[in-house]
Amino acid sequence: MEIILNINGQDRKLDVEPRTLLAHAIRDLGLTGTHIGCDSSSCGVCTVLLDHNTPVKSCTMFAVSAEGHTITTVEGLAQGGNLHPIQQAFHDQHGLQCGYCTPGMMLASIALLERNPNPSEEDIRFALSGNLCRCTGYQNIVKAVQQAAQVMGKKSEGLGSAADD
Amino acid sequence: MIPGAFEYHRPTSLEEAVALMGQHGFEARVLAGGQSLIPAMRYRLAQPAVLVDINRLPGLNQLSEEGGMLRVGALVRDTDVEFNSGIQSRYALIADVSRVVADPIVRFRGTVVGSLCHNDPAGDWTAAALASRAQVVIRGPAGERTEAIDDFLVDSFTTSIGEGEIAVEARFPVPGPRTSGAYEKIERKVGDYATAAAAVQLELTEDGRIQEVGIGVTAVALKALRVAEGERLLRGQKPTRDLIRAAAEEAAKIADPNPDARGSKEYKRDMARVLVGRGLIKALGRLGVQL
Ligand SMILES: Cc1cc2nc3c(=O)[nH]c(=O)nc-3n(C[C@H](O)[C@H](O)[C@H](O)COP(=O)(O)OP(=O)(O)OC[C@H]3O[C@@H](n4cnc5c(N)ncnc54)[C@H](O)[C@@H]3O)c2cc1C
Repeated sequence: MEIILNINGQDRKLDVEPRTLLAHAIRDLGLTGTHIGCDSSSCGVCTVLLDHNTPVKSCTMFAVSAEGHTITTVEGLAQGGNLHPIQQAFHDQHGLQCGYCTPGMMLASIALLERNPNPSEEDIRFALSGNLCRCTGYQNIVKAVQQAAQVMGKKSEGLGSAADD
Repeated sequence: MIPGAFEYHRPTSLEEAVALMGQHGFEARVLAGGQSLIPAMRYRLAQPAVLVDINRLPGLNQLSEEGGMLRVGALVRDTDVEFNSGIQSRYALIADVSRVVADPIVRFRGTVVGSLCHNDPAGDWTAAALASRAQVVIRGPAGERTEAIDDFLVDSFTTSIGEGEIAVEARFPVPGPRTSGAYEKIERKVGDYATAAAAVQLELTEDGRIQEVGIGVTAVALKALRVAEGERLLRGQKPTRDLIRAAAEEAAKIADPNPDARGSKEYKRDMARVLVGRGLIKALGRLGVQL
């Protein structure tokens, strides 16, 4: 089947079987930041965003079903060479060790911050409980999300006052 | 793991979807959130020849109260319920379930109705639907019918949905001011199915008697069960610890769990009792009754 997927702002034409999983379709385009971990819908490392704020496990969705949605993968986070605040925060807070879960963690974190810009530690742990990390013990991941929340909060405040001027 | 090949349809109207389901009969499966079906296909536990993806059908995402019922359309995701402040504040049982079913990412795709249709013996929504006396609205070639949840949940992974039919919504009675509920689930970790779980909902009379009560347990038998005898013991009575103990005991009596890595038969059966008791006490506590 010929389909068009909008990934990170670009329309990509693909020829897939209906059974092709979204995770595989994305990786076959060379976007290998979307990882495959448990292969059983459990670990969350394949998480991508649909329509900017809806995290989904891309191993548990068919590529054909994603037609007409926008898809954001980790490769779409940095803009013009600048890291996204969540990427900067994972870097600053050392929110990773092996890095395997990191793309999914960051995308799930962005979805959380979209709907709850000021999450408590408990909110963060709860929202990320479908994303498994086997290295960090989660401490620095939580710190990274807290930093990103602060930075992103400031940024939108800044935009607000700029608009008021 | 890659699912078997299938023919994919993505209808844009309910009529078209029903026609497709009718045309392909038992060869065809509805694809809703895919959070149970796709894993099952990857393990080749399910190999449908045809999938009818209902995700683009209009009018199936309603989540609103009408005629004393909360209408939950077939495309309402678990997160739609989890993030709905009205539901969180007024539907105690449903709110509890919405925070423990599957994991936070899976909940963005999984649907309430899909979970009822899947009828996993350890599913959370089935027990909640029993306790709150929900209904399922089914559309097929012969038109529309509404089924009580007890008739809908036929057996493990089996419902009363027939060939060519699609479930279009679930309906949960709107809780009155003296109604509350609770969901008590033991799970090994987030995203695991229940080791055992109990759903309760009860309504008190003005003078503090139990007017109506629903109790459902899951993961302790081949399908979610209504603890009818426990309900009968409580109905019309003033709640006491002894009465709750007796009602909870009824859950253990009907439980017939399979032992697995989550626990032995004896453990799960006893947890059915413990969780029903806890659920009743929590629901009463939410109504201001401390025992
Ligand atoms: C990691 C993980 C953990 C999970 N943990 C839990 C858990 O703890 N508790 C729990 O209850 N569930 C759990 N689930 C299952 C999850 O909640 C599913 O989303 C849900 O059971 C099915 O909903 P769905 O919309 O994804 O249905 P699908 O997977 O799309 O469909 C499931 C079945 O129902 C049929 N169906 C779906 N919708 C309709 C309809 N409208 N009409 C007719 N037939 C229909 C399909 O044909 C299929 O046979 C888990 C899933 C995953 C991946």
